[in-house]
Amino acid sequence: MMINEIKETLQAETLTGMPYTDFDIKGAYSADLMSDVLAFCNSELLLITALTNAQVIRTAEFADIRVIIFVQGKRPDIDAVALSEEKGILLLATRLPMFEVCGRLYGKGLRS
Amino acid sequence: MEKDCEVEVVMMYDKFEKNVEGVFFLKGKDFTNAGTASSELKTILGEIGINQSIIRRAAIAAFEAEMNVIIYTPAGMMHYSVTPEILKVVVEDMGPGIEDIELAMTEGYSTAPDYIREMGFGSGMGLPNIKKNTDEMKITSSPGEGTTLEFVINLKKE
Amino acid sequence: MKLQKIIEGLALEVKTKTHDLTKEVTGGYASDLLSDVIANTKEGNVWVTIQTHINIVAVAALKELSGIILANGKVPDEDTLKKADDEGMPIMITTLPAFEVVGRLYTLGLRC
Repeated sequence: MMINEIKETLQAETLTGMPYTDFDIKGAYSADLMSDVLAFCNSELLLITALTNAQVIRTAEFADIRVIIFVQGKRPDIDAVALSEEKGILLLATRLPMFEVCGRLYGKGLRS
Repeated sequence: MEKDCEVEVVMMYDKFEKNVEGVFFLKGKDFTNAGTASSELKTILGEIGINQSIIRRAAIAAFEAEMNVIIYTPAGMMHYSVTPEILKVVVEDMGPGIEDIELAMTEGYSTAPDYIREMGFGSGMGLPNIKKNTDEMKITSSPGEGTTLEFVINLKKE
Repeated sequence: MKLQKIIEGLALEVKTKTHDLTKEVTGGYASDLLSDVIANTKEGNVWVTIQTHINIVAVAALKELSGIILANGKVPDEDTLKKADDEGMPIMITTLPAFEVVGRLYTLGLRC
């Protein structure tokens, strides 16, 4: 699934300034506990979370996650966005709650 | 496939003229910089030319260990050494120590306060995650005397 | 939708003994952050999480949720289960990741 389709499905916007046309999402993983993300998420999956602190970006860095979507209108601070850009991690944000985000993406055919 | 592995090892030796080692200092409750040490370690391992999946395992294990120091202790140190055979990481802290190591290793067991859980940590998966991603893991600890966590990842394919 | 229908639909394993499975489920909520759940759930929501700590029961009872689904193979701590039985709060478990649980609930027609 391409980023533009995800953005459209979730009325999401990109928070990072990097290009994203070559990102192709194969599946999704939702969690707010980073050890769980480190154990189960990988580079092919979109991480869906309501947490926006710097450790989330670090978690993505170490688990080789390339795209994060923040739900429920949550936004990381500018330092976290800068770190994310430095590490090449694409950030998206949507006002929709996690339940709705997972439901819609599942409906579009994404799996974990 | 087998040929790829051979090439990889040769490349590694090429860049590996001597053993690489270093140390990072970790400051407790410094959540802003939490993960910096593991990030630097990841970069160093990349520069040496170690294979991506090994780097990923090392980075995850190091990050979990680093977060434990940040969350539970006032300060600690992460020492790493890389030889052509192994990566060894030793994380020592000045924390309260672990009373029951076996219990602490149980998935889901955690003594983390609520505010740590609200930050996305303290779910009792950290130590099991380290074990899962490494080839050897050892914890030495007693209450009041801090904790030393040591892990090894083999760099040579069997 | 009744909780019983969800249990059957997703083949969930019910871990509690004292509970009412004929409760009407008003919607779903997915989160691992207790503060988020306290702030944003509505009465009768079913909660999807990977948190197993005893506090999930207190939060679910406070918000009068219809039940808790533990995803990704998580099992409730012993004291969590005991408190859930005391409170009459159903706890169900599944090996499906949270994303898939929500996707299937969404497919059944449940919304946030």
